[in-house]
Amino acid sequence: MEAYLGDIWFFLWGLLWGIYFALGGYDFGLGLLLPVLGLGSEKERNTMHLAAAPFWDGNQVWLITAGGVTFAAFPLAYAVMFSSLYTALLLLLLMLIIRSVAAELRPQSLWSVWRKSWDCLGAGAAFLAALLLGVAFSNIFRGLPLDADHVFQGCAILGLTSNTLSLLHPYCLLGGLLFVVMFAVHGALYLSWRVGGDLSAKSLLTARVLWPVFLILFLLYVVLTFAWAGLWVNYAASPLLLILPLACALAFLAGGCQLYRAADKAKAAFICHGLGIITLTLTGVMGIYPNLLPSRLSPAGALTIANASSSPKTLAIMLGVAVVFVPLVILYQWWAHRRLSQRLSAEYE
Amino acid sequence: MDPVILSRLQFALATFFHFIYVPLTLGLAPFIAIMETRYVRTGDEMYKRQAQFWGRIFLINFALGVATGLTLEFQFGTNWAHYSQYVGDIFGSLLAIEATAAFFLESTFVAVWAFGWDRVPKKIHLLAIWLVAAASLLSALWILLANGFMQHPVGYAHGEGGRLVLDNFKEVVTNTYGWHMYFHTVFSSLLLAGFLVMGVSAWRLFRADNPGFFHASFKLGATFAFIFSLATIVAGHQLGQVTAKHQPAKLAAMESQWETKDGAPLNLLVIPAFGDDEENFYEGLPIPGLASFLATGDSQATVKGLKAFPAQDRPPVWPVFLSFRVMGALGFIFVGASFLAMLLRGLAPDLRWLLLGFVALIPLPYLAIQLGWLVTELGRQPWVVYNLMRTSLAGSAGVDWFQVAGSLAVMAVIYTVLTLAGLFFMGKCALSDPKTAPAGH
Repeated sequence: MEAYLGDIWFFLWGLLWGIYFALGGYDFGLGLLLPVLGLGSEKERNTMHLAAAPFWDGNQVWLITAGGVTFAAFPLAYAVMFSSLYTALLLLLLMLIIRSVAAELRPQSLWSVWRKSWDCLGAGAAFLAALLLGVAFSNIFRGLPLDADHVFQGCAILGLTSNTLSLLHPYCLLGGLLFVVMFAVHGALYLSWRVGGDLSAKSLLTARVLWPVFLILFLLYVVLTFAWAGLWVNYAASPLLLILPLACALAFLAGGCQLYRAADKAKAAFICHGLGIITLTLTGVMGIYPNLLPSRLSPAGALTIANASSSPKTLAIMLGVAVVFVPLVILYQWWAHRRLSQRLSAEYE
Repeated sequence: MDPVILSRLQFALATFFHFIYVPLTLGLAPFIAIMETRYVRTGDEMYKRQAQFWGRIFLINFALGVATGLTLEFQFGTNWAHYSQYVGDIFGSLLAIEATAAFFLESTFVAVWAFGWDRVPKKIHLLAIWLVAAASLLSALWILLANGFMQHPVGYAHGEGGRLVLDNFKEVVTNTYGWHMYFHTVFSSLLLAGFLVMGVSAWRLFRADNPGFFHASFKLGATFAFIFSLATIVAGHQLGQVTAKHQPAKLAAMESQWETKDGAPLNLLVIPAFGDDEENFYEGLPIPGLASFLATGDSQATVKGLKAFPAQDRPPVWPVFLSFRVMGALGFIFVGASFLAMLLRGLAPDLRWLLLGFVALIPLPYLAIQLGWLVTELGRQPWVVYNLMRTSLAGSAGVDWFQVAGSLAVMAVIYTVLTLAGLFFMGKCALSDPKTAPAGH
């Protein structure tokens, strides 16, 4: 058992990020679409806001947990990742703060101009946060420029070394763009399920228009990730892992089919899409196994399960906690979702 | 410029703002739960409106606590990479357990409570707010056990690569320092909520605005304030004794005591040393043996002075001493004021000008709690993990001073705006009509 603890936590680490992307993702998507879909009508924007209001905080705790697990299970990886990507991560943090404040203080604002400002600010923050998450994870798949001592070697520009700018490789920007579009589709599907009337039809149309764009980006990204970033190596070594990308493709395809089939299939499409996001994350994460942060400079610079994980005792205790509490969390969050997600009419104020 | 100094400032700023919101979340949830329990028991709609009225203040406060809390988790990695790597095995796991076992529960059921008035049965709704109260208390426990490890590291072993690894989990979760901090923090948070409720109710009573409603909340607020101002002092006293045992340098700085003494007196009047002096500028009004008695329970016991520690191992004396004195004085003011409130609570609507005194008291528990954290955190210096790792060595190697300066400036602006907005909206809720207070949003 002890020999597998690191592996189990590696998988759970990927799974927690995947769940966060699936749940936080629709929230980002709604935020992105808020000013676009609800451009003309304040009532519609209120409804969109209300569709996510009971859940965004519970969704964000998955991020806190994913971050906390990185810290607890792989402290060295956490320390190197967060300090090397200082500016990018604090920018992400700032966007998350703006998101949560926009979500919570918006309904308190009396004037419509204030609410409109919150919506635009929240949309910008959602866009940048989704982009940053995509760029960050693509950089991990690509491999970070870590030297043999795990020190990040940023690129030199005008005599300054910048870690942030060295993240902006075209492949990674593609990953960022994929996240933005993927979350937008996800948010549109969610909205179409949760609301009725015109707004539902509009968001379904948005999802239908965006889906082909998503499909192209997705295929391009997966091909590049496997072939160019080199994640195929793990899959060639253990073909059984191919279940993950296969499940991912199936989930997205099933989501697409539901999406175009009938208007009342939005919920099914949303769930398929969520499963697709989780398996996509796992596909990437299992592709870099056993590295948490691969290095593209020197194999010794990579942070791996072997050199970055916590003691077996800590991993075992945390596993006990996770085995008891994570299913419990899923259970009561699912219950709360069911209880609080009655269909909203567009006239809701 | 040293990035560690800036990182310390940034962490201080982030925790300061975060801890404006946390105590009210901790303290107000049980208050709302009690009001709603009365509603479910008696069916009296007034109690339902009580829960809804204070619940609106709670929800804004909670949201700001969440928004500012994320920063803390991020900063361990961004600004304190060496620290994170050094203690992640133990400290990190406590944070992860907090998120999994407590914060999920809290944030999910806050939503059930806020949005569930018409959607879940009465009793489930009541259960939701009790779960929120329990989860926030549990959440505080894990966080304070993590902080307790920094104050008084236990249950660890030295692992490979010069880091600490978990040796005995039971010792980590039964850390006396952490538990004593926990009780002191939780009691002071309940005290703070009591004074806030009393203050807001006093203002509304002064304006003769919904007197029946605000008299009821004043009474429960006064009860909270009185019980927990006493409990805070008792828990604080016990924390002081644990500090005397495990962090004698901190205690010496709190008292500004330079010489090691048997039967140390408590000087009522002290002006600490200036510059490099190693004795107080002025000491007066000593009460013989009291410092020894308070620290150990024995008035003849030895209390170590600052000179017993090498200069590089002493915390900064002035801020620790001053914060401790003011906090202590405030503690006694809280007992007196809440005792008065308990005596007069039956007559509250007729107190007129005296009511304004309770309004004026609202900010003081906030001040006392921040001062308490200053004592705890500055008093631990120069260590980030007591006697194991110096704060000066805990930073991130690859982070430059201008990066931290930039994030510090942005954070200062955002947090200030956030807090002003939060105060404005909470103030609006506090002045809103309790009869029309909508549930949640």
